Amino acid sequence: MHEPSAQYKKRLLRIKVNGRWREDAVADGCMLVDYLRDTAGLTGVKTGCDGGECGACTVLLDGLPVLACVTLAVRCEGRSVETIEGLAAQGRPSRLQQAFHEKLGAQCGYCTPGMVMASEALLRRNPTPTDDEIRAALAGNLCRCTGYVKIIESVKAVAGLAP
Amino acid sequence: MSARLSEFQLVQPARIEDAIAAFVAKPGARYVAGGTDLLVNMRRGIVSADRLIDLSGVAGWGSIDADAEGMTIGAGVTIAALARDPIVISRYPAVAQAATSIAGPGHRNVATVGGNLCLDTRCIYYNQSEWWRKSNDYCLKNRGDTCHVAPQGKRCHAAFSGDLAPVFLALGASAEIAGVDGRRRVPLSDLYVEDGRAHLSLKPGELVASVHLPAVLAACAYEKVRARGAIDYPLAGVAVALMIAGGKIVMLRIALTGTNSRPFLLADVDQFIGKSVDDAMLHGVDRLVQRQVQPMRTTLAAAHYRRLAAAAVARRVVRRLAGA
Repeated sequence: MHEPSAQYKKRLLRIKVNGRWREDAVADGCMLVDYLRDTAGLTGVKTGCDGGECGACTVLLDGLPVLACVTLAVRCEGRSVETIEGLAAQGRPSRLQQAFHEKLGAQCGYCTPGMVMASEALLRRNPTPTDDEIRAALAGNLCRCTGYVKIIESVKAVAGLAP
Repeated sequence: MSARLSEFQLVQPARIEDAIAAFVAKPGARYVAGGTDLLVNMRRGIVSADRLIDLSGVAGWGSIDADAEGMTIGAGVTIAALARDPIVISRYPAVAQAATSIAGPGHRNVATVGGNLCLDTRCIYYNQSEWWRKSNDYCLKNRGDTCHVAPQGKRCHAAFSGDLAPVFLALGASAEIAGVDGRRRVPLSDLYVEDGRAHLSLKPGELVASVHLPAVLAACAYEKVRARGAIDYPLAGVAVALMIAGGKIVMLRIALTGTNSRPFLLADVDQFIGKSVDDAMLHGVDRLVQRQVQPMRTTLAAAHYRRLAAAAVARRVVRRLAGA
């Protein structure tokens, strides 16, 4: 059935993670979410449904939100990935992160990294989104705590402000 | 710790011919584009592959070319790129509507036109984890010998749920298919077969290279019914292309998705040519849809609901396009 594993040896992946280039040996079948959590140690990237349905693993690939649990790591060769860990500067949360904190956009917190990254992508593209635009941008992110109202208020709180 | 994929080799060809050669050279190979459908099924143990052929680097695969004759959309165009393309929005707004209704933003950024056209069929007995399916003795579509939806029958009833296909069908699209023997162009409806287990007519190694839309004067719209408005597959989706002159219908096409194992053009709509869009005509559309859709218990929503919903949406879209 399966040929010997030796044939599926790892390859060298060159990838920019939160602004820094790194090189790692990665198997072809490794998902981006596992690479980021297990190899790069960025456990802010959450595994939720593990099937592309909940958005908890949302990261930015070349600035666009993608689901790390249905993305093969080796297909990110030469590309830029941003995770929640990349938003804080000198240990201080970004304005968007601060808004999620102050406006109670995070409750249990599990969906929060994905929510923040999807919101971040929206705000970079459209600094003054309407409620409907925020809802559309977060359509792929599930939250079972907040009822979404507080999340939308959090994003609204920084809409129109410089990052 | 998340489920690991079976070990496979990823190859990244630069030309379509190389992709096909890579497929032929390795039994058990699969093509992958965005991967938002295939990789999920691989992780659930439904699909396995020894070799994945990544189509995203294929030259010319992701371009949209428009001229007076119509538009050619490369199979590698992402759903997000399709939804925001200014020419698509102005000339084929229904295509942009359908694209925007597909999955969530994170999917649309990588998922492709070809992938949505070739989307695997879905069923509540199929899109489940390995242990779930195993404890149910699997199903006819995958490793089992009974269709739990219709145990007396001999076929699989998993439903096709792509959103682009009905709009392309209503617009009279053709598909260019590339394979070992070169390329062939077929009406898009010929790509599909009413069989949940093998709903594509593609031969081994063949893939959809592009879709061609003729220049269309008809008004066209797409609408779908879904359990979650934010992000969901269609329980029933309807695309309508309608042209009216002097108050009479001169062209009408209605295509459906989500109800059968393939997307299909509603038959016998030519009876409405020369008529006006009124209550009697809409009632006729309703009856045709109810008679031709074949929803089965493949979703949590009842089959009968999907039949009524498909008919109601068809009526509504025709009425809206007619401005009646």
